[in-house]
This record gives sequence, C-alpha cells and structure tokens, in this order.
Amino acid sequence: MSKAKGEYKVEVKNLTKYFGDLHVLDDISFNIKEGEFICVVGPTGCGKTTFLNLLTKIYEPTKGNLFIDGEPADPKKHNLSFVFQEPSSFPWLTVEENLRFGLEIKNVDKAEIDERVESIISLLGLERFRNSYPHQLSTSMAQRIIIGRAFVTDPDLLLMDEPYGQMDVKLRFYLEDEVIRLWQELGSTVVFITHNTEEAVYLAEKILILTNKPATIKEEVIVDLPRPRDVTSPEFVEIRKYVTDQIKWW
Amino acid sequence: MSVSDPNHLNESEYVESVRRERKRSQYQSAILSVIGILGFLILWQLSLVTGLVNSRFLSSPIEVVSLFITKLTDPRPDGAVIGANIVSSLIVALSGFGLAIVIGIPLGLLMGWYKGIDSFLRPIFEIIRPIPPVSWIPLTIVWVGIGLQAKAMIVFFAAFVPCLINSYTGIRQTREVLINVAKTFGASDFTTFLKVGIPYSMTMTFAGVKVAIGNAWATLVAAEMLAASSGLGYMILMGRQFGRVDLVILGIAVIGLIGTLITIIINAVENKILGWRKL
Repeated sequence: MSKAKGEYKVEVKNLTKYFGDLHVLDDISFNIKEGEFICVVGPTGCGKTTFLNLLTKIYEPTKGNLFIDGEPADPKKHNLSFVFQEPSSFPWLTVEENLRFGLEIKNVDKAEIDERVESIISLLGLERFRNSYPHQLSTSMAQRIIIGRAFVTDPDLLLMDEPYGQMDVKLRFYLEDEVIRLWQELGSTVVFITHNTEEAVYLAEKILILTNKPATIKEEVIVDLPRPRDVTSPEFVEIRKYVTDQIKWW
Repeated sequence: MSVSDPNHLNESEYVESVRRERKRSQYQSAILSVIGILGFLILWQLSLVTGLVNSRFLSSPIEVVSLFITKLTDPRPDGAVIGANIVSSLIVALSGFGLAIVIGIPLGLLMGWYKGIDSFLRPIFEIIRPIPPVSWIPLTIVWVGIGLQAKAMIVFFAAFVPCLINSYTGIRQTREVLINVAKTFGASDFTTFLKVGIPYSMTMTFAGVKVAIGNAWATLVAAEMLAASSGLGYMILMGRQFGRVDLVILGIAVIGLIGTLITIIINAVENKILGWRKL
C-alpha cells in the first residue's frame, strides 16, 4: 500500500458506510492494477453488494472514496460498468440494442459503436439472436447479454455482483470461461463478487476476503495458478480450502 | 446453447409449428366472435318477432339498420343526417381526448419521475380527480357556452384522469436495477427518464389511454344530452322526446361501433410501440 500514486488503476481508500445506525463497511482500503481480475468473497450478508454499490456510486460512501487514475470516481467521467445480480436487460430493446445502450449513453460515435457491438456479438456467438428480445431467451442467455453489454463499453472498471448466482454448475463453468475469455481479450479491470469460493479461486488473480458486518478486508489472497485452471488439482483445492476456512460463515 | 426444442425439431420446423398453432387458434377465435355477434342479433330479432318483447320498447336490428340507411340522407326528426351527427361527436370526443393525452401523459410522467413536481401538483390533482366530469357542465356552459369548446372541456376532464394516473403509476414502477444500469453508464437523470423511465411506463400508459377513450365517449354523450344542438347524444335525446325507440337504439349502436373502431386503432398503435411483448 505504500506504492506511489498513479501506479494503480483503481484505489479504494478508507471506504466506510453507515445506513443510519447500521455500520455496514468499515474502513476498506485496497488497490487494483490495470487489467487485474479481483474476486471479493465474504460471509452472506456481510455487505458485499453494498460494497459494490459504493464503487459504482449508486450510494455515496459515509467516509472515504474511490479513485480511478488518481481522480475521484464519477460515472459521468469514468467508464464504469456493472453486471447486477438480478436480470437487468431492457425488455423493450433487442439483444443488439441492449448491447448498444451503454455506448449510446456515452455518446460514442456511431461507426465505433457498430464496430464494437459487432465484435462483442461475434465473441459471444449471438449472431442468431441479435434481433430477439430478452424475454424470448433463456435466463442464462439473457445474463450473457448483460455481461456483453458491460464489456462492450471497454470499462475502466467492471463490477460484477454474483452474476451466476442462479445458474447450475455446468452453465456456471461455461459462463465463467466466457468471462475469462472476454477479460483476456479486452484487458478490462474486473471486480467480481461471489459467495462461491470455488468460483473465486477459478476466476481471480487476487481474492479479497471480507469479514462479517461491519465488513473490512480480512485478507488478500493471491491466486497465481496457470489458466485454464483445473478445479481438481491439489493446488487449486488447497487454495479453495484456505479461502473457505477464512470465511467460515456456517 | 440453443433454444429448447422439446420434440427435437430443428429451429425452422419449431417456429413453423408454433406459427401454425397460433394461426389456428386465431382462426377459431375469429369464428367464435362472429357466431357470438350473429347469435346476439338473431336472439334480439326473434324476441321481437315472437312478441316476447313489445315493439314499442325495442326496435329490431333490421329496423335499426334501415333507419341508419334512411338517416344517411334524411335529417329528420332531429335536424341532422347521421353522418353530421357522427362527425360532430367525433370532433368533440377526439379534441377532448387528444388534449387529455397531450397534457395528461407528460404531466403524469413528470410527476412520477420528479419528486418536486409531484409534491407541487399532486394535492391539486387529488382534489380535482374525484369530481365527476359531468358536474363541470353548468360551469363550462357559463364560461364558454354550449359549443365545441365546452363539450371538449368536459370530455377532457373525463379522459385526463386515467391518462395521468396510469403514466404516473407506470413510471414509478420502473425497476430500480434498470435505473442503476443507466446511472452506472453515466446517464444523467433526464437521460434515464427518457431512455428507461418512459419506455418502462408505456404498458401502464396504454392501459390508461384505453380507459380514457371509454370515459371520453361516455361523458360526450352526457354532455351532448345536456348542452348541444347536434351529435349522437343529441340525436338520442331527440329520439326520446319524439318517442322514437329506433332512433335511440341507432344512436347507441353507432356509439358502440365507433368506440370499438377507436379501440382497434389504439390497439394497433399499442402493438406498434409495445410489439416487443408479443414476439
């Protein structure tokens, strides 16, 4: 934490949040390097979602702040993207229009939008569905569109809040690989929240473990396993067990 | 990752079978509707032919149709041909209704989205809302006479309330997460209002428009019965005064048919705007 300013893409400093008397987050500080993939795990109800909502400025922190490239984060200035836990595609827009939504808000010029949306459509293999509406697709397919919509803006910081909470194991692996592929392809900086330790170890370069409420960072765990990762390898199992022991919510 | 196809049909076969199924059920319901209407007319005619109902109180569908044909060219007894009555009523209904849409919907949307506007206008609206539209009739006669403006104003009061309430409720139900999506992309509050709030509210708004046209039509007749010199409501009133049951029924039937036509038009516009729901 003593590194010079400007070396990190995102700096989180003394983030604290109270809702009335309820102390949810207590003095959280950490840094994210450009292009890093971070997973945040913690006991259920410890304030993971609040933590993310502070990062996207949906809530204002009681104390502390978030800096991107050394400046206080501002959704109007910086390029933030959020994949919410619940389905969040716009039902009145087609798949393609949903993918364009963020770029249009940011007033990217049309040729650029066309190009980026085309590339994300082919990366996700959505050619057949570009003119479908979200409610015509399966839940997992709709969630992939949301993930595409988040990646397509080429965000400074991409936040994901348990995007695969509702999926079965097989789909989950498939979609996790897809996120890894997008992340590697586009070099985005990702903060991914989950309560599933296996998912965290599978995805992350660095895992932040939160404590119970009021949440603070208990430990940072570096995961330097090669990709693609094997969930059954002894190293993987060892890290997963360690992280699980640190959470102990049962 | 493919669309589910329970019977191992490929995609085009599946789409084709769904389409066929849908067409068949549309065909069936069309036939049933026609049978329903015809059945109703036949029963009506029969009840008179058999003398079940005294023809002084009810005229038969055939009489009504022939009166309609006569009234196309004959202004007696109320003083205007049927076409003129229809046009006169339609102008009143559509100007009041149009005004209600143009004023009520934007106002509802703004009140639903912006807290300040809500607090400012809602109390006034809550006081005006429960006043029956026809109770404005004496006042409007004093203010603007019995011309088009007076009647349009009364129709406006009737249609305005559902337009406003539904767009207001619709936009307030906008899902928080969709608003947050726009906000995290850096959208201003106004952009979020335009791109998320308004589209979200449209389902409710259209339901309100349909209620509004019903109200507008109902109030129109009441207004014309009390203060008018032409129009369908006036024609019905004259029918009563001259003891012409057939004229009254003709007026009622024409009002019903035009109301249906307007609903069909509104549905078509709705399908155009909210088509995504049906696909």
